[in-house]
Amino acid sequence: MGRRRAAAWDHEGTPSLVRGALRPVSPIPSAAASTRIRPAATPQELLRNFCIIAHIDHGKSTLADRMLQLTGVVDDRAMRAQYLDRMDIERERGITIKSQAVRMPWEVAGTPYALNMIDTPGHVDFTYEVSRSLAACEGAVLLVDAAQGIEAQTLANLYLALENDLAIIPVLNKIDLPAAQPDKYAEELAHLIGVEPEECLRVSGKTGAGVAELLDRIVAQVPAPHGEPAAAARAVIFDAVYDTYRGVVTYVRVVDGHLDPRERIVMMSTRATHELLEIGVISPELTPTSGLAAGEVGYLITGVKDVRHSKVGDTVTNAGKPATRALAGYRDPKPMVFSGLYPIDGSDYPNLRDALDKLKLNDAALNYEPETSVALGFGFRVGFLGLLHLEIVRERLEREFGLDLISTAPNVEYDVTMEDRTEVRVTNPSEFPSGKIKEVREPVVRATILAPSEFVGTVMELCQGRRGDLQGMDYLSADRVELRYRLPLAEIVFDFFDALKSRTKGYASLDYEAAGEQAADLVKVDLLLQGETVDAFSAIVHKDKAYAYGVAITAKLKELIPRQQFEVPVQAAIGARVIARETIRAVRKDVLAKCYGGDITRKRKLLEKQKEGKKRMKTIGRVEVPQEAFIAALSSDASSSAAADKDKTKK
Amino acid sequence: MPALPDGDPAPDDGALPPSVADGADQRAFGVYLHVPFCRVRCGYCDFNTYTAAELGGGASQGSYARTAVREVTLAARVLDEAGLPQRPVATVFVGGGTPTVLQAADLAAMLAAVREAWGLAPDAEVTTEANPDSVTPASLAALAAAGFTRVSFGMQSAVPHVLATLDRTHDPARIPDVVRWAREAGLRTSLDLIYGAPGESLADWRASVEAALATGVEHVSAYALVVEPGTKMGAQVRRGELSAPDEDDQAAKYELADELFAAAGLHWYEVSNWARRPADACRHNLAYWRGDDWWGVGPGAHSHVGGVRWWNVKHPRAYADRLEAGLSPATGREVLSAQTRTLERVLLEVRLASGLPTSVLSPDGRHAVAGLVADGLLEPRPALDRAHPRVVLTRRGRLLADAVVRTLVA
Repeated sequence: MGRRRAAAWDHEGTPSLVRGALRPVSPIPSAAASTRIRPAATPQELLRNFCIIAHIDHGKSTLADRMLQLTGVVDDRAMRAQYLDRMDIERERGITIKSQAVRMPWEVAGTPYALNMIDTPGHVDFTYEVSRSLAACEGAVLLVDAAQGIEAQTLANLYLALENDLAIIPVLNKIDLPAAQPDKYAEELAHLIGVEPEECLRVSGKTGAGVAELLDRIVAQVPAPHGEPAAAARAVIFDAVYDTYRGVVTYVRVVDGHLDPRERIVMMSTRATHELLEIGVISPELTPTSGLAAGEVGYLITGVKDVRHSKVGDTVTNAGKPATRALAGYRDPKPMVFSGLYPIDGSDYPNLRDALDKLKLNDAALNYEPETSVALGFGFRVGFLGLLHLEIVRERLEREFGLDLISTAPNVEYDVTMEDRTEVRVTNPSEFPSGKIKEVREPVVRATILAPSEFVGTVMELCQGRRGDLQGMDYLSADRVELRYRLPLAEIVFDFFDALKSRTKGYASLDYEAAGEQAADLVKVDLLLQGETVDAFSAIVHKDKAYAYGVAITAKLKELIPRQQFEVPVQAAIGARVIARETIRAVRKDVLAKCYGGDITRKRKLLEKQKEGKKRMKTIGRVEVPQEAFIAALSSDASSSAAADKDKTKK
Repeated sequence: MPALPDGDPAPDDGALPPSVADGADQRAFGVYLHVPFCRVRCGYCDFNTYTAAELGGGASQGSYARTAVREVTLAARVLDEAGLPQRPVATVFVGGGTPTVLQAADLAAMLAAVREAWGLAPDAEVTTEANPDSVTPASLAALAAAGFTRVSFGMQSAVPHVLATLDRTHDPARIPDVVRWAREAGLRTSLDLIYGAPGESLADWRASVEAALATGVEHVSAYALVVEPGTKMGAQVRRGELSAPDEDDQAAKYELADELFAAAGLHWYEVSNWARRPADACRHNLAYWRGDDWWGVGPGAHSHVGGVRWWNVKHPRAYADRLEAGLSPATGREVLSAQTRTLERVLLEVRLASGLPTSVLSPDGRHAVAGLVADGLLEPRPALDRAHPRVVLTRRGRLLADAVVRTLVA
C-alpha cells in the first residue's frame, strides 16, 4: 500500500494529492502494525538509526521537514519550516547547532519500521559533537546540493562516518533548481565513496520529490542495530539541552541492554548517579515511554540543571546493574579559541556574569573566567570550540540578554616553557610571560580545503603565507582539488576564511581538526599609548610577522583615537624594543568661535551630551579614549573573522 | 540658521513665569533686533536671512519694520505682566541678515519703538551691523542722528580671493573709508574678520589683520570659519570643490591675530573679541556672556529673561502672521534649572578675559583648576588670587576653551 504513495511522489515531485482522485494510502504503519514498533519493545531488526551529513545550506533541514511530514510525525498544519532547528539564531542563520533526534514510523513491504533521524550539527566547530552523533547511527545520508557539489566540511564528516563504519546513502538534493547539475555531482560522489553514479538518489526537499524513495532506501541499506539486549545497559549521550522547566534533557542512543523509568543511572565518566525521572522518545515532541531498549534513540530527564552533568560522548549505565566498560570515544570538550568579552557599559558586568551562567547550563563547551582589562574594564576570558561558537555565544548574549558587548580579537592557547623549566599556559596574550623563554608551543590543525583547480596556486600561496605545510593534494574530479595542510590554528582564527573566500571567488571550502601542537618562534607584541600598555591589543604573533602587525595596529589606533591636548605616541613593542611608532598630534583648537545669544542653548546641550559621552571614555594614563575607538580597532579584526564565519555558515 | 533647539512649547500669549522677575534689578536689559534680509546670501552663512524682497504680507522688506514694532509692543506688555521692573534699555543691537538693506528710516522707527516701550538709558549702546558696500557718509550720519552709537562692519578679509570664496561683494579698498566715515559721524566702530576660509594662506590672513588695524579701529571680532551643513559652502566642501577648514591652520591664525592685535594695543576680552579700552568692548554682547536679560525681536530670534530662554518661529512669514493674529511669535522655550544656569555660567563666563569666579564651580571643578594651570590652559595668577580666585584662559586655553569647560564641569 505504501508503494503507491511513494510512487506518486516519485517522478515529477508534485504531491499526488493534487492529481489523484483517490486519497493516497500512506506508508505510515497502521495502528495494528504500529504495536510492533512500540518504544521499549521494538525488536532491533525493525530499527534504523541514521543521520544526515550535509553542508550548511545544502537543504538538510528542509529534507528533514519533508520526512517528518511524509511519516505523519508532523502534520502539515503544525509544520513550521525547519522544524528541527529550534533556536531562533539557528533558524536565522539556516544552520543547526544542537542536534535533535526524531522517531518516525515507516512501512516497507508490509513491515513497520521505527526510523530514528539524528540531526547533526553542521559546523566545523562542532566536529566532536558530530562524531558522537555518528556514533549513535548505523547509517548516514550524504546530502549534497546538486548545484554546488560537496564541500570541505561535508567531506570531513563523510570521512568521520566512514571511520565509524556507517552505511552511506549518497543523495543529491535540490534537483528542482535550474542550476542543478546532478550528473556531474553524482559522478563526484560516486568517485568519493566508491559506488556507481546511478546509485546516487536524486531528491528535492522543497517539492518532496524522491523523499519517500529515500526513506525506503534507508530501511533497505542502513543496518539494523545489533546490541546485546540482555547485557548491562550502555547508552551513549550525543546531546544535552537545558530546558527551563524540565532541567537538562539528555539525548541518548541505547547500545546494549535497556533503560527503564524511575531507576537510578550512572554517568560513567564521573560516576555520578541520578534518578531517571522521565524517559521517552521524540516524535517530534518529548513523549514519555516505558523505557528505551537496545538500539533505540530517545531522551532522559533526571532533574539535573546543568548540561555539564550530561557530557556528550559519555556512557549512561544502570546503577543497579552497571556495565563494566564504557563505550569508546568520550572526550572532554576542549576550548580552541579564546576571546575577552566585555560589557560596553561597565555596570552590565554582573548581568554578563549571570547571562554566561545561564548559557553554560545549555552549553557544556562554554568556559569562562573573570578578567580585567585596562582598556575595557571588567569582563571574562571565554573559551570557545571555534569562531562560530564564539559568534553564536556572543550573539545570544546580546540578543537574549540584551547586553552590548565588545570582544577582543580571538586567540589560541599557548604553552610556554621558561628557561627554568616552569610551564605557563597562556590564554590571554597580555599574560604572556616576560622572562627568559625556552620554547613556545602553539596548537596546529589539519586543514582540508576544497577548491576549483584553477585556484590551487592562490590557495597554496595563502596557506604558505600562513605558515602552512602542505600534506597532500588530490583531484576529486577533473576540476576540483582537495588540499591538505598543516596550519597553526592561530593563523586560521584571524581572517583566514575571509581571505580564502575572496581569493577563490567564494568557491573554496574549509574544514579543520585539531592536530596537536608545535614549537614556533612566537613573540608578544604590546601596544603602548603614551608609554602605557593597552592590554586588549597585546597579540602573540610569529617573529617574522611582528613588524607588520605592529605597523598595522599603530596606524589603526592613530586613526581611531581622537587627538588630545598633548602629543600621544602610539607604539608597538616586543618587550622593551619598539618596533613601530605613530604619533597622534596634539589638538590645537577646540573652541566654538562664535557664541552669542542664539547659540547658548545649543552649545549647552552639546556640552551636556559630551558630559554623557565622557562616561564612555577610558583613560589610559592621561589619554582619554572613547570606547568606540577601541571597539572599532578591535572589531575590524574580530569582524573580519566573524564575517568569515558568517560567510562560512552561508556558503 | 541651524534648526531651532528642542524645548517646551511656548505659550501663545508669550507669558513668562513670575520667577523671571527674581533679581531682575541686578541684570541689565538689552534688545536684539533681527533683520532677516540680505541682497546676496554668502556661501558660508547659515543665519536666518532671505534675499527675496517680497515674502508677502508683514514679512516683506517694506513692511518688516512695522511687524517688528508689533513684537516690541508685545514684549513690553509681557515683561510688565511678568512683574519685571521698568528698566531702561542698556543696549540695542541690530543684526541680520544685513540691517542696512532696510531704509535708515525703518531702522530708526524700530529703535524709536524700543525707546517708546522702555526708554533708553542715557549711556545706551546702540549698534547696527552694516555691509561696507551698503553705507555712505550720509547714511551713517542718518543712523547717528536716529540714535545709533556704534556700527559693526562685516569686513571679513582684505584679500580679494578670500572675499570671493566667501561670496562677499564689497571692495576691500572701501574699508578705511567706511571706518573714517563712521568715526566722522560720531559712531564707535568695529570690524568683523573671518579666518580659515578655503585657500586663505597665513600671509593672506596677516594682510587682513594688518589692514583692519591700519584703520585704527578700536574693536575687532575675529571668527574661525565654520562650514555648516546645509550651506552652499557645506555642499562645495562635501563635493570636494573646496577644502574643509583645517583646525591647526585656524589655531595658527588665531595665535597670529592675537599677537598682532595685542601689539597694536587691542586686547582680548572674549575668545573672539578684542578692544582697545574696556569701554570699547561691545556691552550688548557682554550681556549674553554674563547672563543678563535681553529680548530678541524678529524671526528666529532668541531671548533670555531671568532663566527662561525662548526662540521665535523661524520664517518671516510665519512670524508676521502670528503677530498679526495677536499671538506671541515664540515657538519654543526652556525654563532653566539652577543646575543648568550654573552650567551655562561656566560655559559662558570662561570665555571672558574677566574670567569665571571659581566659587561657581563644583568641588571637582575647583580641583581640576590646578591641573589646567599646570597644562598651560589657565592663567596662574587669577587662579591663585586669594580674595577672588578666577578661571582665566591663556592663549592656548582660549583655543581649547571647550575642552577646558568640559574638564571644569566633568
